[in-house]
Amino acid sequence: MIPALSLRNLTKVYKNGVTALHGIDLEVAPGDFFALLGPNGAGKSTTIGIVSSLVNKTSGTVRVFGHDIDTGLAAAKACIGLVPQEFNFNIFEPVVEVVVNQAGYYGIPRRLAFERAERYLTQLGLWERRHDQARMLSGGMKRRLMIARALVHEPRLLILDEPTAGVDIEIRHSMWSFLSQINAAGTTIILTTHYLEEAERLCRNIAIIDHGRIIENTGMRQLLNRMNSHTLVLDLVNPLDAVPELPGFIASRVDDHILEVEVSRDVNINMLFTALSARGIEVGSLRNKTNRLEELFIRLVGNKEDAA
Amino acid sequence: MNGREQYVAFKAILVKEVLRFARIWIQTLLPPMVTTALYFVIFGRLIGSQVGDVNGFRYMEYIVPGLILMAVITNSYANVVSSFYSSKFQHNIEEMLVAPVPNYLILLGFIGGGLARGLAVGVAVTGVALFFTPIPLHNLWVACSVLVLTSVLFSLAGFINGVYAKSFDDISLIPTFVLTPLTYLGGVFYSVAMLPTFWQSVSLANPILYMVDAFRYGLLGVSDVSLATAYAAVVGFVAGLFGFALHLLNRGYGVRA
Ligand SMILES: Nc1ncnc2c1ncn2[C@@H]1O[C@H](COP(=O)(O)OP(=O)(O)OP(=O)(O)O)[C@@H](O)[C@H]1O
Ligand SMILES: [Mg+2]
Repeated sequence: MIPALSLRNLTKVYKNGVTALHGIDLEVAPGDFFALLGPNGAGKSTTIGIVSSLVNKTSGTVRVFGHDIDTGLAAAKACIGLVPQEFNFNIFEPVVEVVVNQAGYYGIPRRLAFERAERYLTQLGLWERRHDQARMLSGGMKRRLMIARALVHEPRLLILDEPTAGVDIEIRHSMWSFLSQINAAGTTIILTTHYLEEAERLCRNIAIIDHGRIIENTGMRQLLNRMNSHTLVLDLVNPLDAVPELPGFIASRVDDHILEVEVSRDVNINMLFTALSARGIEVGSLRNKTNRLEELFIRLVGNKEDAA
Repeated sequence: MNGREQYVAFKAILVKEVLRFARIWIQTLLPPMVTTALYFVIFGRLIGSQVGDVNGFRYMEYIVPGLILMAVITNSYANVVSSFYSSKFQHNIEEMLVAPVPNYLILLGFIGGGLARGLAVGVAVTGVALFFTPIPLHNLWVACSVLVLTSVLFSLAGFINGVYAKSFDDISLIPTFVLTPLTYLGGVFYSVAMLPTFWQSVSLANPILYMVDAFRYGLLGVSDVSLATAYAAVVGFVAGLFGFALHLLNRGYGVRA
């Protein structure tokens, strides 16, 4: 099967001498919902920029559905829909024109372009605002405008660079279900985000990039299974003035009403409660300290930092 | 992209470019009409009446072709330089760069926009001129072809300026310090034959002189330099600048990191 995206030994050295990518290899299968994660400055946008030909690569190969960008650039471009990290439409253009013009650059006749603009702007809740200049949209609406624009030529590979940055919770949830639908209908999606809950919820495969190198590339489930412990936060009913002794658990006191307990994967939580009850500690409520992926991510990227 | 898709893509860029300047017509179409009217009042009517005939034409009539061409030059250039630079500044040039539309069509689309604005201004200014003086038409084909070629040439020049520009200052530098002086010294307000021999030969190094002269020939039927030289110069410049602009675009100069 031809991968939707295949990167081989991709490097990028910017003109100012910054090496953003140190030879990365990556493969994304057709139909996948793929997360590309990494801290600020890791090289995510650089990678996406090269794939969408907004950034010149220094060396390496990029293939989009088998089309090498060095030899079949136009064919590769036709496969990709891009939602960039920064707003990049003409703010004085009316919303509908932003979408219709973009369709034009892909050779889609105006009538069809209007039909699709109506469909996608409606789905993204922007059709009512179609005659407004793009600058009059709110930040979250501008992000959705860029999604509609990226879909207008019905790309096989949709690349979203932090599409939910600055988007409120309700809209974010509706964006998630929208993207899931698009993916279920067959579009391969690559997503970058700093909301790890989002990646955990949506994506099946994941790559973590740090300082221009891929430090992890695996299935979401495999990665999460690798977590051998997680931290629970307990809100206590009665104040506690010392860290209690809980055999088999590592506990720490945040304040007199909050206790954090690290629980390893092979231990049953019931045992924790048995130990707590034995000491007469009443627990009012309980939650995970961070989302699982977030905890893993911090460890992976953090370890790397210590090593460097 | 197949031929039909390319045609659609070109049309999309052209329509966008035309809408851009049409939407802000108060900034793009009105000012040249006002300026030209002022030129006619001051140079044509007030001063011109003291000057007497030039090459057998009243001064007012003599300066018409140059004034029209000057407006066309300035506006073609301004349209492309500001459109390209602002699409670089706002990054919406990326909308074209990510799409499979070939670079030569992107270039032609911007040039088409400059040409459309140049011609629109040309027509508007001619309309203004007709309030002041009748305008003869000696040779329609010469007049039209020179107008179009000149507009294309300065659209290309504006494009190249836009590619190199890194700030809003850079897009007014060339128009102020190169274009305006060359236009004023390009025989818009006088016949080069009126200059001392030394300055005549210096003037012949100014490409705008040839265009003004050829356009004046198209309208009035009088000229200082040969028509063939004028066409050769303009066509040569258009071909050279087109090749250079396309090269810059292919390399992604100023638009791709
Ligand atoms: N145009 C540029 N010129 C020079 N250096 C750049 C340029 N763009 C990015 N960089 C550098 O390349 C590195 C990678 O940046 P990149 O934008 O790819 O990171 P990112 O993973 O997308 O980060 P973020 O999560 O903050 O968006 C950084 O060190 C950045 O400063
Ligand atoms: Mg980024």
